[in-house]
Amino acid sequence: MASSPGTPQPAHPPALNPVEAGENVTMSGDRGHLRVFIGMAAGVGKTYRMLIEGHAEQEAGRDVVVGLLETHGRVETARIAEGLPMVPRLRVTYRETLIEEMDVPAILRRAPELCLIDELAHTNAPGVEHPKRYEDVEQVLDAGIDVLSTLNVQHLESLNDRITELSGIRVRETIPDAVLGRADEVVLIDLTPEALLDRLRAGKIYPTDRIDAALNNFFKIENLAALREIALRQVAAEVGAKRLTTELVGSREESLAADAPQAIGERLMALVEPYPGTQRLVRRAWRSSQQLGAQLDLLWVRRPGQNLSEDAERSLAALRQLASVLGATLLIEESDDPPAAIAEVARRRGTTYIQMGRSRPARGFARLRPPLAQRLMERLPGVDVRIVADRSSRSSDNQPASRP
Amino acid sequence: MSSALVAIIAVAAILIGLAVGYWVPSHRRLAASNRPRPVRNILLPFTGDEISRRAFEAAVRLAKAENATIMPAFLARVPMNLPLESALPVQCASGMPLLEAIEQRVSSQGLPVDSRVGRGRSARDALRHLLEAEHFDRIIVSADEDPRAGLSYEDLRWLLERVPAEILILRPAPEDTRRISATALNGHT
Repeated sequence: MASSPGTPQPAHPPALNPVEAGENVTMSGDRGHLRVFIGMAAGVGKTYRMLIEGHAEQEAGRDVVVGLLETHGRVETARIAEGLPMVPRLRVTYRETLIEEMDVPAILRRAPELCLIDELAHTNAPGVEHPKRYEDVEQVLDAGIDVLSTLNVQHLESLNDRITELSGIRVRETIPDAVLGRADEVVLIDLTPEALLDRLRAGKIYPTDRIDAALNNFFKIENLAALREIALRQVAAEVGAKRLTTELVGSREESLAADAPQAIGERLMALVEPYPGTQRLVRRAWRSSQQLGAQLDLLWVRRPGQNLSEDAERSLAALRQLASVLGATLLIEESDDPPAAIAEVARRRGTTYIQMGRSRPARGFARLRPPLAQRLMERLPGVDVRIVADRSSRSSDNQPASRP
Repeated sequence: MSSALVAIIAVAAILIGLAVGYWVPSHRRLAASNRPRPVRNILLPFTGDEISRRAFEAAVRLAKAENATIMPAFLARVPMNLPLESALPVQCASGMPLLEAIEQRVSSQGLPVDSRVGRGRSARDALRHLLEAEHFDRIIVSADEDPRAGLSYEDLRWLLERVPAEILILRPAPEDTRRISATALNGHT
């Protein structure tokens, strides 16, 4: 059958599934072990480290192959790969262009103990079985083959918008965060921004004609410093998540393991009302959420049928805008019983931390009830409740002078 | 007999208590409603991580004279490769502390303050969205900002031509480089 332009054609027929494909396929029933080398940017040495570890495993007697290696023309990387057997690439024709991709069926037929697969976030050319390389890796792992792979932090879906805003460059190839979450080990390859820039200037990352463009765009020291911080935080979060899950599995509290992921990540909720002073509380809560790397919800419990004044309507609109710019979620619940509604929403959202302003002085019989913070702590054991002070009412004597 | 008297006294005390309880808050509400309310809104837009001290002081002087609310507004710029509704945490990391610092300074003067955040493809676009959503009686901007960082002269001309509000543009004063920045923040973190 003739191929038409635009119709992807694999250079050889699609492979059968591992069982159908042949006799050498490892199907032990155990999933392979995935180790991901993550870094803040290209050039920090992820691929290099992956290859070094591949050699070490080979010397230890394991059957190691390189499933896919992207050297990007780096001599050092190509040199270190010598001595490791490589699985030939799959050739795909797309719009009359020959594209090389990883040959998953060939890896499965070869059935090594360990496979090195570079660039986990790569998007495959049309015509390859899976659209994304991480899906190829899943298939290799399912066949019981261990995998070492590499990833830059900006490819994580949840960080993509933030990094685009930071660097001005949208990274198109992303992977769901869950892929990294499923990795058995995440290894951070760290390098200071200064050292990375030295490597770039020395031509160790890109060819000479691309160095200036890189320095003027992505490889700015402030970008790299921020990316490094993001990478460090991300790996710290992964390590924390794995530690808690490991501690829980097999313990007498094994049943808690299912709840562990929810308990690991902090989630803040700020209790708001539509009046101007609430924005201060939202900003404080947002700062706290940034420091904790947590999601932020804003909750307003509205009395059923409550009418808003014109001022309150304006404050609510301003609150919505602020929430949107900060990346927080504004929730509005109708209830006659605010503590019950807050507790219900906190449970539903997995809140670990509540921030609220000082309550208005109670009047009448309401004076007999415990304060809202105390009622929340009784209803939500294990959730921190923080009452935020109004800093503007502090003595102005404490204020540092403004800049001259 | 005596027990009936005690009961009558108790009921009377409860009724008096309820009446006082009703009257006092309503009296307070009435008193609050009689208080002079701010009738004017003064917008004080900014884009970077500091604002001119002169613009701030002008806003405070006018607000005091006119019993107005000062509305500092952080104008965030959305890069073209992001949707307009995107969260902007990196810009907010510098803009929010400054907003907080301005609020603290305004509050310490005993003036009402009500912050805003505008978002657009440029500072002018963010300001336009803000002005479409709400009415402001007066806008105070400083013309001594670096045009790359804040409102350019073109933006100021656009403000004068298009915006139906009183606009106060402060002339650049090279000798007066005083600024208010987030470093003036009183314990934000």
